[in-house]
Amino acid sequence: MKAGVITFPGSNCDDDVVDSLKKVGGFDVERLWHKDTPDLSSFALVVLPGGFSYGDYLRCGAMAARSPIMEKVKNFSSKGGFVLGICNGFQILCESGLLPGALARNLSLNFICKDVTVKIETVETPWTRSTEKNTTLTLPIAHGEGRFVIDNDGYEELVKNSQIVLTYQNNPNGSTHNIAGVCNKNNNVFGLMPHPERATDLRIHDGLKIWSSLKIQLGLHS
Amino acid sequence: MSQQITDTSPSTLELAKLLGLSSTEYQHVCQSLKRAPNYAELSIFSAMFSEHCSYKSSKKFFKRFPTQGKRVIQGPGENAGILDIGEGWAVAFKMESHNHPSFIEPYQGAATGVGGILRDIFTMGARPIASMNALCFGSLDYERTSSIVNGVVKGIGDYGNCVGVPTVAGQTFFHPCYTRNPLVNAFTLGIVKSNEIYLGYAKGIGNTVVYVGAKTGRDGVHGATMASKEFSIEKELERPTVQVGDPFTEKLLLEATLEAMKAGVIVGIQDMGAAGLTSSSFEMAHRAKTGLEINLDKIPTRESGMAAFELLLSESQERMLLVTSPDKVDSLKRIYEKWDLHAEEIGTVISGNRIQMTKAEKIVVDLPVELVTEPLMAERASSPPVDLKQRWFLDRNRMLVATLNSKFQTLMEEINFANPEKLISQYDSMVGNRTLGSSQDDAAVIRIREMGEKEIRLAVKADCNPRVSWLWPREGGRRAVAECAMNLAVRGSEPIGITDCLNFGSPENPEVMWQFCESIEGISESCDALKIPVVSGNVSFYNETDGKPIYPTPMIGMVGIIEDKLALPHSNFYSTQLELALIGPIEGGLGGSLMASSWFKRECGQPEETDLAMLERMLKFCQRLRKKKLTYAAHDISDGGLVCSLLEMAFHSPYDCTGIDLHIPSEIDVDKFLFGETIPRIVLAYDPIEQVDIENTASQAGVKFTHIGNTNDLSAMNIRQGGAQVLSAHIPDLKAKWTQKWNKFFR
Repeated sequence: MKAGVITFPGSNCDDDVVDSLKKVGGFDVERLWHKDTPDLSSFALVVLPGGFSYGDYLRCGAMAARSPIMEKVKNFSSKGGFVLGICNGFQILCESGLLPGALARNLSLNFICKDVTVKIETVETPWTRSTEKNTTLTLPIAHGEGRFVIDNDGYEELVKNSQIVLTYQNNPNGSTHNIAGVCNKNNNVFGLMPHPERATDLRIHDGLKIWSSLKIQLGLHS
Repeated sequence: MSQQITDTSPSTLELAKLLGLSSTEYQHVCQSLKRAPNYAELSIFSAMFSEHCSYKSSKKFFKRFPTQGKRVIQGPGENAGILDIGEGWAVAFKMESHNHPSFIEPYQGAATGVGGILRDIFTMGARPIASMNALCFGSLDYERTSSIVNGVVKGIGDYGNCVGVPTVAGQTFFHPCYTRNPLVNAFTLGIVKSNEIYLGYAKGIGNTVVYVGAKTGRDGVHGATMASKEFSIEKELERPTVQVGDPFTEKLLLEATLEAMKAGVIVGIQDMGAAGLTSSSFEMAHRAKTGLEINLDKIPTRESGMAAFELLLSESQERMLLVTSPDKVDSLKRIYEKWDLHAEEIGTVISGNRIQMTKAEKIVVDLPVELVTEPLMAERASSPPVDLKQRWFLDRNRMLVATLNSKFQTLMEEINFANPEKLISQYDSMVGNRTLGSSQDDAAVIRIREMGEKEIRLAVKADCNPRVSWLWPREGGRRAVAECAMNLAVRGSEPIGITDCLNFGSPENPEVMWQFCESIEGISESCDALKIPVVSGNVSFYNETDGKPIYPTPMIGMVGIIEDKLALPHSNFYSTQLELALIGPIEGGLGGSLMASSWFKRECGQPEETDLAMLERMLKFCQRLRKKKLTYAAHDISDGGLVCSLLEMAFHSPYDCTGIDLHIPSEIDVDKFLFGETIPRIVLAYDPIEQVDIENTASQAGVKFTHIGNTNDLSAMNIRQGGAQVLSAHIPDLKAKWTQKWNKFFR
């Protein structure tokens, strides 16, 4: 069971995700290129890493959402494959319709890089099952366009289906209802603005809880 | 310029002067060529003879710099300096200025400054892993200062964040002398395998010259010449000479270039920086002692009808010139195409030392390489200011009659004692997952993961004290290096080398030239004492407006190493039950201090000379302390003295209730104790149980240890001398003021 990490032009957290999944998470990791259309059936997990795909010049994630590999990713997710989008990867998932909502410019209009505290809203997902509900994680954020927006109906839908996975304790960017991470109805696609891969083996370590949840889900945990 | 001039029009002395050449330089060119250069050729000389490209006023003084050492792989003269860090790995680093463009167009000026320094690093085959910046801004009364600050910070952030290189540290300084000459100095460090370093050599007769990256436009034409003039008010209208950055293209160029190097399809490579195609082609041929034939019609352009001189001088960003063997051109092109970039063959390496360029099948440039790359050096007069002694007068009596509280409050109002959070949170300081600690620590520490089991860490810091430099340039140079070393030391690191970015006024002003030479001497004295080399550098002259130069600002970027896996010291009050000690002289000098400047509203007093022997002992002390595996926090004492260092440690404490009790030994001058800025002095905060060990370590290392107080959970700073309270302040109030101070000019 492999994890695939996609590199889009402008991805800049791909190395960090590969490194963390491999060295700290103990995953078998393969790199994927956005122009390719690989057979993903041997993969358990596909990660869309952070960065500035296509420079974020049109709309964050809009161009990357139309990369050749994204058709394969959609197909993969429709069959239940696990898809994780971090930061720019979250934006790409929203732009490609795999996740609801959109990410807009931070209320402050500034890029913000700092550690934030996020609350676990549900443990009934493959991404949080090794955590406890209402506990918090400390994870870094680094984004200029991380304000999650969704209309009221969409929000009701998220609540009804328990799709809100993480919320900010001190909302840094003006996200609707403090949302920091959401998943799809089937829980197999997850997007979040904080960077778990930057919190696995250096200053802080709460990102490991997401990796270990996944390993339990995939039956990889010893 | 009149419309009739074309590339091949013969030049005249008038035209040469208009493009910044002196009559001596023009005559030298005519005599060597035995003809007058045409307009395209004259443009080449104009750029390459500019101060910015030629270092004609400064070059001979660099001989003073120590450049040797067991770690040195590449010293000054290349795109960046390179030092060995062991296990077959090396670091490439350099600092560069982008001052003039940042005043004209702050956002693009700063952004392209970051882009340029990143290219200097990956040109050598090194992957950039950490950036820093040193910024000097002007008077807050000037209406543009706020927009300059915002533009520069956003420009640096947007570029570095997008490329994915963390901005891990920096220095920001406000002073009216930078009002119309803000300084933007950008530093980048990259990591490279010692045997996979690439240099800017156009080697191998018959090899192909390839242009890669963004297309060429008219932006930045005569940019190098602009950076070699002082500003006048009208120059604010020079907007079109500033280049526009595209960090996304830079990221692609970075990945494609490193991939091409790994594939072994590059022979030599250089960034098209200042003076664009001109400097890269002539410098690469010069280093390899070869010649080049270049077909200018092949240059990818984004505007039509560009003349040869425009193609030659364009400073369009994100472009590289490289040389490869003809059989590897196809592989090279495939790699760049994979990254959606274009690689175009534009010429050939030839024997003989000439560069010939054709346009529309006509030769438009035919010049001997050395004539362009070895300009006449300028002889500049140098003399100290006549009022130096007056500058050194500090009216101690006026300070002594004032209450301690009024002096302390004045210092707390100082714009240079402020929380930089608002600024640094706009930079991604963590991408790459290497950054330890916070951007507010004395120095940034990053881990090197490439070595497998033997993980080492590097520390970086940029520093300069312009107040001290103006009062006493030699001490300013000395202190910039010493300060960096102290900042590294308190984080547990030993210095291994420096790069410099020497920002000065006009070299035609004898006082500026004196400042320049004295600064170099000071830097060299400190480097000699620490046994570290200068491996790269940059000079930015003409930072003056309407005859008023900036303060001499010899910015230093220092790199240090931590070769063990021991924990790093804390840099804040990590507990409310710590003992406090001052290591080093009990009293510091007030000459050139932030306190003196705040109090007298001008720089005054003779800065105390840095005791370099004591500096060495202090570095040794810091190393030994860390190796004893004690738990403690350490912070260097510099701007604002001991009191500001203690407050910073309290502000960064995780406990809002942190308080400080301070006892000043009797017979000690309170001002000098609290506000003095002699180097080296540090504050230690430690668990009471460690005291004996720390005291012994200090005495063995030969540095003075003085117990000065303790922390508590009472939220106040209380200072006593001989039993009497001399000052009391509420720390949360001071922190609020410190935090909000810069809010007014950040959107």
